[in-house]
Formats: sequence, structure tokens, C-alpha cells
Amino acid sequence: MTDSKYFTTTKKGEIFELKAELNSDKKEKKKEAVKKVIASMTVGKDVSALFPDVVNCMQTDNLELKKLVYLYLMNYAKSQPDMAIMAVNTFVKDCEDLNPLIRALAVRTMGCIRVDKITEYLCEPLRKCLKDEDPYVRKTAAVCVAKLHDINAQLVEDQGFLDTLKDLISDSNPMVVANAVAALSEIAESHPNSNLLDLNPQTINKLLTALNECTEWGQIFILDCLASYLPRDDRESQSICERVTPRLSHANSAVVLSAVKVLMKFMEMLPKDLDYYGTLLKKLAPPLVTLLSAEPELQYVALRNINLIVQKRPEILKHEMKVFFVKYNDPIYVKLEKLDIMIRLASQANIAQVLAELKEYATEVDVDFVRKAVRAIGRCAIKVEQSAERCVSTLLDLIQTKVNYVVQEAIVVIKDIFRKYPNKYESVIATLCENLDSLDEPEARAAMIWIVGEYAERIDNADELLESFLEGFHDESTQVQLQLLTAIVKLFLKKPTETQELVQQVLSLATQDSDNPDLRDRGYIYWRLLSTDPVAAKEVVLAEKPLISEETDLIEPTLLEELICHIGTLASVYHKPPSAFVEGSRGVQHKRLPPRAGSGESTESPDVGQSGPSEAPPAVIPSQGDLLGDLLNLDLAPPTATVPSVQPSMQMGAMDLLGGGLDSLMGDESDTLGGDIGGSPSMGAGLGAAPAAMPASLGGAPAVGGGLGDLFDLGGGVGMPTGSYVAPKTVWLLAMKAKGLEISGTFARRGGIIQMDLSLTNKAMSVMTDFAIQFNRNSFGLAPAGPLQVLTPLSPNQTIDVSLPLSTSGPVMKMEPLNNLQVAVKNNIDVFYFSCQYPLSLLFVEDGKMDRQVFLATWKDIPNDNEAQFQIKDIHLNSDVASNKLQGSNIFTIAKRTVEGQDMLYQSVKLTNGIWVLAEMRIQTGNPNYTLSIKCRAPEVCPFVYQCYELVLKN
Amino acid sequence: MPNHPVPVPSSVLAALKNKTIHLSAAKMIHSLFLVNASGDIFLEKHWKSVVSRSVCDYFFEALERATEPENVPPVIPTPHHYLINVLRHRIYFVAVIQSEVPPLFVIEFLHRVVDTFQDYFGVCTEAAIKDNVVVVYELLEEMLDNGFPLATESNILKELIKPPTILRTVVNTITGSTNVGEQLPTGQLSVVPWRRTGVKYTNNEAYFDVIEEIDAIIDKSGSTITAEIQGVIDACVKLTGMPDLTLSFMNPRLLDDVSFHPCVRFKRWEAERILSFIPPDGNFRLLSYHVSSQNLVAIPVYVKHNISFREGSSQGRFELTLGPKQTMGKAVESVLVSSQLPRGVLNANLNPSQGTYTFDPVTKLLSWDVGKINPQKLPSLKGSMSLQAGASKPDENPTINIQFKIQQLAISGLKVNRLDMYGEKYKPFKGIKYMTKAGKFQVRT
Repeated sequence: MTDSKYFTTTKKGEIFELKAELNSDKKEKKKEAVKKVIASMTVGKDVSALFPDVVNCMQTDNLELKKLVYLYLMNYAKSQPDMAIMAVNTFVKDCEDLNPLIRALAVRTMGCIRVDKITEYLCEPLRKCLKDEDPYVRKTAAVCVAKLHDINAQLVEDQGFLDTLKDLISDSNPMVVANAVAALSEIAESHPNSNLLDLNPQTINKLLTALNECTEWGQIFILDCLASYLPRDDRESQSICERVTPRLSHANSAVVLSAVKVLMKFMEMLPKDLDYYGTLLKKLAPPLVTLLSAEPELQYVALRNINLIVQKRPEILKHEMKVFFVKYNDPIYVKLEKLDIMIRLASQANIAQVLAELKEYATEVDVDFVRKAVRAIGRCAIKVEQSAERCVSTLLDLIQTKVNYVVQEAIVVIKDIFRKYPNKYESVIATLCENLDSLDEPEARAAMIWIVGEYAERIDNADELLESFLEGFHDESTQVQLQLLTAIVKLFLKKPTETQELVQQVLSLATQDSDNPDLRDRGYIYWRLLSTDPVAAKEVVLAEKPLISEETDLIEPTLLEELICHIGTLASVYHKPPSAFVEGSRGVQHKRLPPRAGSGESTESPDVGQSGPSEAPPAVIPSQGDLLGDLLNLDLAPPTATVPSVQPSMQMGAMDLLGGGLDSLMGDESDTLGGDIGGSPSMGAGLGAAPAAMPASLGGAPAVGGGLGDLFDLGGGVGMPTGSYVAPKTVWLLAMKAKGLEISGTFARRGGIIQMDLSLTNKAMSVMTDFAIQFNRNSFGLAPAGPLQVLTPLSPNQTIDVSLPLSTSGPVMKMEPLNNLQVAVKNNIDVFYFSCQYPLSLLFVEDGKMDRQVFLATWKDIPNDNEAQFQIKDIHLNSDVASNKLQGSNIFTIAKRTVEGQDMLYQSVKLTNGIWVLAEMRIQTGNPNYTLSIKCRAPEVCPFVYQCYELVLKN
Repeated sequence: MPNHPVPVPSSVLAALKNKTIHLSAAKMIHSLFLVNASGDIFLEKHWKSVVSRSVCDYFFEALERATEPENVPPVIPTPHHYLINVLRHRIYFVAVIQSEVPPLFVIEFLHRVVDTFQDYFGVCTEAAIKDNVVVVYELLEEMLDNGFPLATESNILKELIKPPTILRTVVNTITGSTNVGEQLPTGQLSVVPWRRTGVKYTNNEAYFDVIEEIDAIIDKSGSTITAEIQGVIDACVKLTGMPDLTLSFMNPRLLDDVSFHPCVRFKRWEAERILSFIPPDGNFRLLSYHVSSQNLVAIPVYVKHNISFREGSSQGRFELTLGPKQTMGKAVESVLVSSQLPRGVLNANLNPSQGTYTFDPVTKLLSWDVGKINPQKLPSLKGSMSLQAGASKPDENPTINIQFKIQQLAISGLKVNRLDMYGEKYKPFKGIKYMTKAGKFQVRT
């Protein structure tokens, strides 16, 4: 006899029949009836009409019957609140029962009855149960407080249950501790600012003790709670790590991952040279690998988290490449994740193996997987330079298979390889062109068109090829249309004579026959550019493209840090901060990693939610891929762009335009562009529908207006401060590029302190708060020395001026041009990126006066190859005035000689990073042109030093 | 059995997404739905307020999109909930959660639910669950309180809710007694929560099975791309009282990546490499371990294969020979070879030297039940495959999947040194068995 008999009711009056049975005198019949009711409930049938009859069965000594009635009550009490009151007395009585099982059961069930009226009666029994002599009852009661809080938070606070709950953290029984922690964590979630889980070294110690003894689930609660603690110093951090590591050997994978979270977070505080740090790194690998031998669902969650871990600490798993090799019967979601991690771990050491695997995958059956594998080969080529050649030949092999989607993916990635390694693999173009006809996906078509346009001079029939695309112009997707337009303009600039007709055709298609504003705008830009100044057009359209960055899909560093703090959670699976997607999480606090002990850089205030100061701060660039949409996939000019020769002071957005990669920005912003243009005061009527970033000064077109005017007035240079002279602020970030935030600024050196003067203007409709700033690594290690001090929220149309002190102790990476600075500014709306250039004189230190003897010796010592000569024209100053003026900018005159009416000034400059620059300036009386010779062991700074001379002398 | 409601139109879904409603901060698992292979919900359990089963529409959408039943993504977002599911015994266990919850926590819990059902009913099938629906409901209620796991150890659960047996059902019907324990389970709060007190056996015995599964990928040329071993030590301990056991190994060095049952004293392992524990009563997994690809892993079988198609011909050649490799002299048994042949293959006409083979022309699955490998006479499967006339040569290379068993051998070389018992006076009967099996053992062609 099985329970399925409960489902076999044959007659219509099922409910009626049950009612009769429930009211039967026979105990056995009653129980059977209740079972039938429960059975119906489990499959979703509505048996709420039987409420009074079932409740009547509650007063019984039979524990099973009691439980069944409780089950029923929990389900239906909400729909029958008045009836539920009838049950209260029994509950209260049961809470006093001699059997702890019944006491616990009663308090547990009462908490599950979500009826306001009942909660009042619950308080007294609950208070007793929280202090019950039996730990089983106490631990059940602890959970009940959380339940009650969910129904009526005020009541719980008024009754002082929270304090009782806090006391339970010190309970003698580990299970009670674990449940108290769980309950408090849940309550704390709805009170983000309360100090409910007031963690201090004493409570931490209690938690760590309970951790060893409680159940696996309790361990998870305790570990998650530990993860929110901030140890006082590295010693405490280490001792917690030591006590948590045994959890890595737990059979429950959730315990393991929670322990990994605690360790990943706390090891941030440990000095890297500590032996223990290395030990810990080694201990983390095996449990992560083990997670991958579990069931596929567990593997998936583990892989998503490993993806974060390898981005943060690649050293942990760098030798474990093989465990990420794909088995052919892995579920697709596991395969795709493994592939992603394989690329992240790819290095010169293992690239041969990885490529062999990827090639194998490219012949599998699953289309999504094959596509991603092909793409992965391209990413390897870009990531590991030594392997590029093998990757390209592998891709060519794959193209030979003629499998349509493989060919298309391969072409898309080959385009990126061309970008990364210009003038190396163009020999394969012929093979690519053979496959022109089989391309039917927009991305592949766009990639092919880009290749044809880019290498038009090497492809004899480039015009024919592009013309063939032009026939169905209006049926193409926007991506392809934009690319085709650019490609034909490129072709025209390279082979003007034979393609004039073609370019006119495409321009008219784009401007007159299209109703896509992006396409039209770009068409007009090219048109005007070509008709006004073909030479400039050539410079703009065929400008040297910046190299594409190695990894395009790295998670933005601040986000990564936050996600590391949320390892094991949904946030880590979706790679989004918890605040972004979980509803009902009121006021989620952003978590950040603790600062490393002894780190000199830990001056950032913790509440700006900026990246941790340890580790080298994050390359801003790669993450842009994430933020602006996958630019690389969309088009070929990522906004990392710096077009050195053309217009150094231009905004990044503008550079992109010039780089011939309009598509990316425009395509990306197409949905917001319209609105922004209307609302942006920095835009005049200008060119009708042309975008604001139209390079006015280049095309000779009328200036676009207000804010932009300033920008171009300055021409190519950035203002240079002399002693007291500071260049006027220039607009660095346009409001329309930054959701209404406009930033202008300049640099100054005041009394030995480097400052970045910023004006933040809110041109949006809503208030902006939570400003923070961060720099990408740069040539001289400039970094904010403190947080961005914007204390009050910035209301609409308000401008605020801030001075940000800068230090030069940040991480260093050579930039192109040398004085380029890439900045990320965050506010409550988003993160924005821009780049600007600082005058090198910013870095001239006050003690830059060299001893004469040393000067002479050094001058001789530096090879003549390192000497650079410049002319400074139109200076009408005598040598003393000039020397004084230069001194204001820390360019010190060491000696002066006069030979044959020619003043020779010998000067020295010292940069913040200790580089000395020596100079000789010849001034001939009556000649307004000075000759400047600069010698330096790092000759690349010379032109920038010259730039400073010129600006100082001319202002 | 009512079918699930018609899916909500996507416009409505979009509207839902933009609407924010006030939600209770429901931590942990909110509800559970069990869905069978044909996509019907056959059981639902709500630990908090009732969530309409229409929430499962998102799951069904994902199910429809998935090419294979196992390809349904484990975590599915919906406007107001997240669905976390596992597929076990052809049943989807779909948990509904409403706020930030560790997904592994939920998945592990669902596994525990499956294990418990299997433990109670012998099998975990739709029929078994339906047959015991009241017990299932009682179990689920006992396992989770307010979304917090309450009792998930089989020992404790069995004291709270007795497993159904035919005998007990009969007795219950006659005497009117119940399935539910009246006493607080002894283990629930003691320091050894995994063991109940007052255990008594007439025959005291402790058996340990060392079982290793070897996962490997072998490339075309027969060299190993990756190979690793997943090992477990499963125990069946029936000992009276509170025995305290120690288990030591000849070569504990092998075990550098281990996961223990909570009963194992970790400190002792760290210090002496000895497993010291008070065992749970009955069957349990003492530890699982992982021998990584960085150690040299012995490969017990090799495959010689020649699967080829000629351009323009409608015939393909198929040759497969198996042989033992590093088996330490033990026999390789229960060998089963399977391979997904290319889609273009219409039929296969093969000749096995031993065992039987089948080829399913619809799924293109070839499977060959080889049996035992005789090193003197290697088993082979040879013959031809017919292709669709005029079809081009298939691009994909089939992968060969091999299953086998080797008794009395732990392929990693792990050996138990001794097993001792303290704390009780009697002499138990002890036994240790070794076995090696193929896990995901794949040969590429």
C-alpha cells in the first residue's frame, strides 16, 4: 500500500467526502484523511476549504498527525487568517510541552504562519524558547526570530529579540551559534546600516570555534559572516586564514567555496613576501580543481567563480590548464565556461597544448561551442605573441574546411589579428577573399569589408569587391553599412583616380537614401572632410590605428574586487554586483577588498568604492570593452585610442572618430544619442545632425559651439603652467559622452605639490553623487594622493571645482604619447573614461639644480646620440628674464657663458622619477630664435621637455 | 496531473521586468518544484509563501531551448526570482530563490534531497516519490526551516521519520502507530551529530571500498592529453556503541587533495596523515580524493582505431582493437565501448571478435559490449559503415568512450595499511576492497 492511493478519488464530491472523514471519530480514519489532504496539497490542488476541519484535528497526542496538521496550517493560514487564530492556543500550549521536539516544532510552525494577528501571540512563547534549556529548541527559536522579523520588523525590535539573538552568538552549542549567525545575517540584509553583526576579535573567535563543530550548513553561514569582517592587521588576517583553511577539505562544495571567498579576501592583507602567503596560494588550487570533478551544475558555478579568481590571482591555477580541457559530453554551459578560462590561462608555456585542443574543439558538432573555439584561437593569437603565427595557420586550416560558420568566425578574428600585428599576415588576404560569397552574417561581412578597405592598395580588385557589396546596400545591417562607407572612403583616399564614382555613390546612399542617423552623420562627416581638405581627410581616415589591447573582456577592476568579495553567490555567477540584479536587497553595501598591510598607497578613503590599493591598479583600458559594449567586436578602433600625430588634446571619443572607427561609438550610442544631443548645452546647431564630436578644427567647418570651442582654440597643445601660470581648463569629458557629467580641468604644480584642478558640471537632470577617480598606469606613476573630494551631491546645472593632489608613486607603464594620462571617473550613474595630457613640467622637482661639476661630467657621459636639438621661435626675452621665467617652472640655470655675443645657458631639470635632463640654450642677441639642445639618458622625454620650454617662454 | 500553464507572452514579461515590487527578504530556498522528463510539475513544496508555479515557465523555456536534457543552464534568472535546478534520475529539481543566495548551497541541498529520497525509497523516481508523497512532504519539511537546512543527515532524519517498509506499513495499519519518531534525535545536537547513540549489532563489521574512477582524454596518436583520478572511500560500518576508528595508508603522500566526511579529525590528518574518526552508523562516504593530471596516471587500456571515410565513396572503414596497458596484472572487465558516429553514417556492418554491438541509425550511437579483455586474444570490432549516397565526407571525428572495471586494484596505487578500533571492547570484522572504473574515459580519433 502506498501513498498513491490518496490520489485515487473517483467521485466528484471529493472535498465533501474528505470533510466527513476529517470529522470522523476514528483516529485512524482522521489521520488517513489528513494525509489525503496533504497529498492533494503537494500537487497544487486547492484544499483550503477544509481549513476548519483540519484545524480541529490539531489537538492530538499523535505526533505524526500533529505534524501533518502543522504542514497544512503553514500552507493555508494566510488565506484563512481568522480561522488560523483558532489554532493559537494549541501552539502556545505546545510551546510548554515536556517533549523538546514538540516545543521546537510548535515555535517553528508558528513562525511560518504569516498572519499578523498571530505574531502578537508568538512573542511570549518565543521569548521562552530562546532561553530554553534544550539547545534544539534554542536553535529553532533563533531562526524563528528571523521569520518574525520578516513579518513584523518593528515588533522584533520592540520586544528586544535582536539583543537576545546577539547573545546567542556566545551560546555553548555550535549549532545554536550557527543559526543565530544565519538569522542575524538575514535580518542585517534588510537593515544595511545597522550594526547587528558587530564583529570584533572576541566574536570572531567564537565563530571560528563554532565553525569546527557545527554542521556543514552552519559552516557556510559562519564563513559568509566571517567574510564581511575586516581584520585589524595582517597578523589577525593570517590567523583567521589558518583556521579557515581546513574547510577547503570539506566534502560540501558550498563550504569549500565560502572558505575560498574568506581566504581570497583576507590574503589581500597579507604581505606578499610572507612565506604563509605562498603556502596559502598553493593550498587554494587543489580544492578548486576538485570542484571540477563534481556534478555539472556544481562545475558550472565553480567555473564562473574560477573565472573571477584567475583574473584576480592568475598564479593560483597557472599550472592547472589541463583540468579545463573539454570533454565531449560535458554540458554546453560547462564547455563554454571552460573555454573562457583556458584562454585566460593561456601563456607561452602552454600555448601549444591549448591550440591543439582548440583545433580539436573546432571540429565538434555543437555550433555555439565551435564558434567560441574559433574565436578563442584568435584571442590566443592576440594574447600570446609568440603563438600568433601558429594561430593564423590553424585558422587558415579551419577556413579550408569550408564549414560556413567556422569560416565566418575565423574571418572575424583574423581581422583582430591584423589589427594587433600590422604588416605581418596580410599574405592570407587572398585566401580570405575566396570566401567572400559565403559570408552571410553581418559581423563577418563587416570584418571582411574592413579588411578589404584597410588593405585596398594590396588587393587589385578591391573596388570590384566593395562595389559588389554596395548593390544590396539598403538590405545590409547598420554595422555592415557603416563599415562599407568607411572602407570605400579609405579605398578612395588610396586610389583616388579610379574610385571617384564609387565614393560618390556610397556617400549619396548614406546621406540621401538612408534614414539611419548614424549612417547619415558619418556620411556627412566624410563628405565634408573630403570636399574641404583631402589631405586632412587622408590624415584622419588613414591615421595609424592604435594597437588593440590584449584582453578585451576582463572585468573592470573595481567590479572584480567587489565580485571577489561575493565569491560563491549569484553575483559571482552573473559577474554583476549584487545591487545590479537582486530585487529586494535594500541598500546593498559595496564590498571591497581590505588594504594590504604596510602598503604605502592605502590612502584612499574606503567609502569611495574604489579599487583596493594593493596590486597594481588596474588597467583601465581593457575594461572599456565591457563598458562600451564589446567595441572590438563591433568595430576596430577601441577607445584606448591615442592618435598621437593628429590632434593630441582631443577627447578620446573624438580620436575614435578620427581613427576611422566611427562605428563603435556611434553604433553603441545610437539609442542615447538623439536625446543627448537635444539636452546637451555644449552643442550648438553646428552641422545639423552631425555628432557633437565632429572635428571642427580639422575640416575647417564652423566651430560647433560653446564647450567645444575652447577645446579647439587650444590647437594641439595643452596649456603649460609657468611659476604661477596655469593653463586654462580644457574640456576633458563631454557631457554627452558621460551621461551629463562634464569634466574640464588642468594641471598645476604648487609648492612642490602636483594638483589636478577639475571642474565637474552636472548637465543631467538628476543629482550626482559618489564621485571617485582613478588613473590608469602611466609613464610617471601619477596617481591620486587622496579621494576626490566632492562632499555634497552635485545638483543639475551646478559646477564644482576640486583640486586633486597627485602623487607619483603609482604603478608605471609607458604610455604613448609619454605624457598621456587615462582617467576613470565614477559617479552614482556609471564609470566614465577619458584621457588627457599633462605638461611634463608638472614633474620637474624643486631640487633640480645640479652641481656644476656633476653637470659637466654628466654632459660628457651621455652619448651624443641622446642629444636632441630644437628651435624655439619668436622669443623676445633676454637671457636673464628667460632664465628667471624658466626657474619658476623648476628649470634651473647652472651656468651662463657669453661667447661672441651669444649667451649660452646651461640648465638642469630633475623629474620626479629621478631622471635628469640637461640642456644648453643658445640665445643670440637680436635673434628671436633660440636653439635648445637637450641631453638625457631617456631621450624620449626630450620633445616633451622642449614643449615645456616653449610654453613657459611664450606665456 | 494538470499541465503547466501556457507561457506568458514576452511583452508581459518585459512589463514585469520594469516593475519593482516590494519583496520580503526571503533568504535561501523559497520553494521547490519537481519536474519530470515530459515537463510536468508533479510536486511542489513551499517553505515560505506560495510561489505560483507559473514561475517555472522560465524553466520550461530554457528546457525547450536546450538541445539535450542535460544542457539546461543550472541557474535561470526570472524577473523576481532565480531558479536553480539539478537534473537527477531524469527528474529536474527546481529550487526557487528570491534573493542573493550561494547557488552551490542550493545545489548541494538539492543533492541531499535526492540522496535522501534514494535512501528512503530505494530509488528516486517519479513513481517512488508519488507513492510516498506524504513522507516526501514530511522529509522536506524536516530538512529545511525558513530556508535554512535543518536536518540533512540520513541518520537523524531516520530517527525523525521512519522510512517506509512494507512490514511497517502493515504493522501501522494494524496497530495505528506512526511513522514519526516521538523522541528528539540523539545525534541532533551532540558533538557527534552524525552518529546516534545506543547502536547495537550482533555481528560487528566494518567494510571499506576504495573506488577510483579514471578520467582521461587520449588523443589520436594514443598519447595522454589529460588523465586524473577521482577516488572515494565508501564505508559500511555496523559497529556497536561509540567506536573510534583509525585508518592508515601505505602511501598517504598520494592524498594531497582530499575532501572528508565531517567525522574525520582534520588536525590528526594534517599532523600524522592518519584518518581518525567516530564513524556514522551504516553507509557513508569517508572521503573523496583527487589525483591530479600532474602526477603520472597509469592508463589501463589502449585503443587502436582506424575510422576513415574516402572522398566520393559511400563506404567508410571502421576498425577498433582494445588491449590492456598498465593493469598491474589484473583483468579488465565489463568493458563497454560507445561512440557517436558522424551524422552522415547510415548504417554500420561490423564484426566483433567477442561480445555484441548495436548501432542506432537514428541517434548514430554505436555501442559495443565487450566484456572481459583477454590479453592473449585482443577484442576487435571491424567492418564497414555505409554513408548517404552522394553525401560529402563527414567533418567531425567521432570520440570513443570507454567504460571498464578492474577489481582489486586502485590504479593510483593507494593502499590501506591498517584499520584499528578504540573505545569498544569487541573485535569487529574488517574488510577492504579496491576497484578501478573508467569515469569519463575518452579516446579521440
